[in-house]
Amino acid sequence: MAEMNLKLIKKGAEAELYRGQWLGYDAIFKRRVRKEYRNADLDAYIRGSRTSLEAKLLAQARKLGVPTPVVLFVDLRNYEIIMNHIPGISVKKLIDTLDVPSVKSLFSTIGEMVGRLHLGGLVHGDLTTSNILVFNNSVFFIDFGLGEYTSELEARGVDIHLMRRALESSHHAVSKVAYTSFIDGYKGIMKEMGKEILIRVDEIRRRGRYVEGER
Amino acid sequence: MSSVQHVLGIECTAHTFGCGIISSEAAVLSNIKSEYTPKAGGIHPREASQHHTEFASATVKEALQRSGLTLSKIDAIAFSSGPGLGPCLRTGATVARMLSLLIDKPLIPVNHCIAHIEIGRAITKEDDPLVVYVSGGNTIVSAYSDGRYRIFGETLDVALGNCLDTFARALGLPHPGVPKLEALANEGKIFIPLPYVVKGQDMSYSGLLTTAIRQIGKTEPKDLSLSLLEVAYGMLAEVTERALAHTEKASVLLTGGVARSLRLQRILASVCREHNARFYVVPPDLAGDNGAMIAWAGYLAFRENLSVPVECSFIRPKWRLDEVEVPWRK
Repeated sequence: MAEMNLKLIKKGAEAELYRGQWLGYDAIFKRRVRKEYRNADLDAYIRGSRTSLEAKLLAQARKLGVPTPVVLFVDLRNYEIIMNHIPGISVKKLIDTLDVPSVKSLFSTIGEMVGRLHLGGLVHGDLTTSNILVFNNSVFFIDFGLGEYTSELEARGVDIHLMRRALESSHHAVSKVAYTSFIDGYKGIMKEMGKEILIRVDEIRRRGRYVEGER
Repeated sequence: MSSVQHVLGIECTAHTFGCGIISSEAAVLSNIKSEYTPKAGGIHPREASQHHTEFASATVKEALQRSGLTLSKIDAIAFSSGPGLGPCLRTGATVARMLSLLIDKPLIPVNHCIAHIEIGRAITKEDDPLVVYVSGGNTIVSAYSDGRYRIFGETLDVALGNCLDTFARALGLPHPGVPKLEALANEGKIFIPLPYVVKGQDMSYSGLLTTAIRQIGKTEPKDLSLSLLEVAYGMLAEVTERALAHTEKASVLLTGGVARSLRLQRILASVCREHNARFYVVPPDLAGDNGAMIAWAGYLAFRENLSVPVECSFIRPKWRLDEVEVPWRK
């Protein structure tokens, strides 16, 4: 693709994000870059499989009623996804500006959305506050690069566990309130199944190294 | 009381009994180690602790001698109270308690992981790095935030060093296995897919290890070693990159016993170049387990009056890095 006037807006861990026009759309170009340090075979495998899976998951999530950027084009030769730009602000940046009731309502919504993903048979795989944007009073989920199609208890549990870890490491002051609201929203969607998953979340936590109640 | 203070540190969490003495100006006056090497297999906790009991006295004496100080010039005794192997921790703690009672000076419990981080910060003079701490017992990507060292990625099961050591033993490579494994991998040509497991911020090495061991005999050792190292280090590099992108720190500090791996250094240096971050490797003497790092972290805690009475100086074999308040960073 010959793109004009692409502007680098973020150098992420595995991809570079550019912003530019694509057939008249305000678009984000997510390009998984070659890692010089990685074996070429391993590198091509990781970039290829994550690019194609991410594109599918982004589209599938929308069908489940979870806002995500619209995928406009996938270029597997260049390990690139072109999607529409969401002019929102990340929850990571937003959270510090919110009062407690707003944190509660935001995280309850986030929990609900994660519930919809899980109920629909997919997991995000990298639930952090950097990967959720707020725009127009809606939460948008981005970066499904570590996502999967799965209804396994374990994968769902890991998703919830990661959100908890992200809150504890980056947003210590509000982590308890945010996590409780997140779980409330999540359980509202998952109903009975939610209980079993939350038991697994605690198990995953205990499986961690040196934590309270470790086996 | 003179303005320069001296702290003696005892390291005794796993295979190394170390005694180091530092001054309050962050000068390492001495740093002596005695290392237990198992005759076969991995560390046997009881045998390791017996080794430490046997060599503790000579190690402490040599550390004092090298520093040019007598015990009476020591202002505090620091010891690694966790995380680590119970029998080893108890031996180190016993030595430290005895020294503290003998000279009637404060006893300072130190978290082993904090000590690795603090000595790295002190010698590189890098105030706020993202720390990649890899050893036989720990694999942690951490950075300071809001009063503590937070964990931005860690192994969910075995440590990276443990994974490589175990595989090296399975291949029949003698101790220390990792350098020999790396030499073998340098001859490897063919990459074989092995489980690459990154879960969000964390990595898992147990499935990789099992699969690699099962491939022995089916794949050329050099190709298998190459593939194992590529996947194992690749996972750590990815987690480091994620943490770097997330925390936006300006530098990366590599420490722990595995920090001496040239292959890993090359990989992380490349990660840092891509993210315009400065890259530091703690020299082997201070990156592997040692007493000086315990002494230095002990001094930082001593300044904050964080000493404990002997009767409360418990060991904590499962003391997580992110449980510890670090008031000296505020």
